[in-house]
Amino acid sequence: MDGKEIIARRIALELKNGTLVNLGIGLPTTVANYLPVGIEVFFQSENGLIGMEPLPLPGMEDEYLADAGGAFIGAVPGACCFDSCFCFGLIRGGHLDVTVLGALQVDEQGLLANWTIPGKMVPGMGGAMDLVTGAKRVIVSTLHTAKGNSKILKKCTLPLTSIRPVSLIVTELAVMEPTAAGLLLKERAPGVTVETILAATEASLIVPAHVPEMQI
Amino acid sequence: MSINLKKIIRLAEAVERIPGGASLLIGGFLGIGSPHRLIGELVRQGRRNLTVIANDTARPGLGIGRLIDAKAVKRLIVSHIGTNPETQRQMIAGETEVTLCPQGTLAERIRAGGYGLGGVLTATGVGTVLAATARQIEIEGKMFLLELPLAADFALIAAHRADYLGNLDYALTARNFNPIMAMAGVVVIAEAAEIVPVGVIPPDEVVTPCILVDYLVAREQVNGR
Repeated sequence: MDGKEIIARRIALELKNGTLVNLGIGLPTTVANYLPVGIEVFFQSENGLIGMEPLPLPGMEDEYLADAGGAFIGAVPGACCFDSCFCFGLIRGGHLDVTVLGALQVDEQGLLANWTIPGKMVPGMGGAMDLVTGAKRVIVSTLHTAKGNSKILKKCTLPLTSIRPVSLIVTELAVMEPTAAGLLLKERAPGVTVETILAATEASLIVPAHVPEMQI
Repeated sequence: MSINLKKIIRLAEAVERIPGGASLLIGGFLGIGSPHRLIGELVRQGRRNLTVIANDTARPGLGIGRLIDAKAVKRLIVSHIGTNPETQRQMIAGETEVTLCPQGTLAERIRAGGYGLGGVLTATGVGTVLAATARQIEIEGKMFLLELPLAADFALIAAHRADYLGNLDYALTARNFNPIMAMAGVVVIAEAAEIVPVGVIPPDEVVTPCILVDYLVAREQVNGR
């Protein structure tokens, strides 16, 4: 199992039956492939849909039905469509149960930077700022390091996406939860030691006496 | 109903009404639900110095990306340009002035522009770099950014169906910004994939009422005629 699959499988366990979930483009999208048996959720797409499902059969795409990355998708029976104001009313108004987003950096306060590297990468924030500010739970899915450098920092150096802390951080090494006391190490990936996690983490971690393995 | 039929207009005539330097609200999300015929005709007629307010600029060769390719846009207000390297190039080269705005904030600013509101208060962007350009207002202990209304000289709308009066409906995720923008353009020009007789779109399914639509682009010739 590669690191990204570990992350997606672990985050899938966070999803509760009957909830509304928004998955970001890329790694977060793959969470949908690992929903536990018996768990059904509604996936929202921020271009105006509840009830997204993966690609239709080749040749059966609908030219008016795409996800927020512009890729053609399907829609489940019971899906519904709406305009962009309504869609972000769902997001900002506290009606979205969970959003799963990627990170450039996340810090020990749980603050997330995921939309720009000034001077290098200026794609625009799209819906990310609204999602992190408004969703009931924000789960960060990210590889623990990039080019050997920790992405879990004492303090973000890139522009923040929101001043609201995220709810949970899941990497291929660990599950971490920002708390009032600091960043709590909750779980280790299978076969990964606490020492390995600490060595890959710039942020200070609160390490309980027993850190269980992810059950994936 | 004949009094209203004057709003049906050929594509070239519709675009001739849009002068260089105009501000345009353009519907669509990565090209899905963009008014592709109107965009193509703006490029064909060589319109320049446009201000475009839209969700994104799709990608080169597609949707609003065609206006970027043609260097027709002087000023851009969007939520995302990550899918269009040419937009990023023009921004970095200083050829196009790009203002980035969170997607939900952009939608609400346009709604405010069309609904006669003086602005909207949103928690999105509080404490971030966006707070440098917006007023922060505290209401009952919570901080918000005051985001100002957006409107434009023209709104270019893509509908699924239009009836002869100009009532519009939309298909699936092609709806996106279109109905909001139809409220916020001084002049609203709509194109539709299908034009149907009045009454085919039932009252409950009309999303954009015909009174908002100033011009409806006539259908393309079909069957070789």
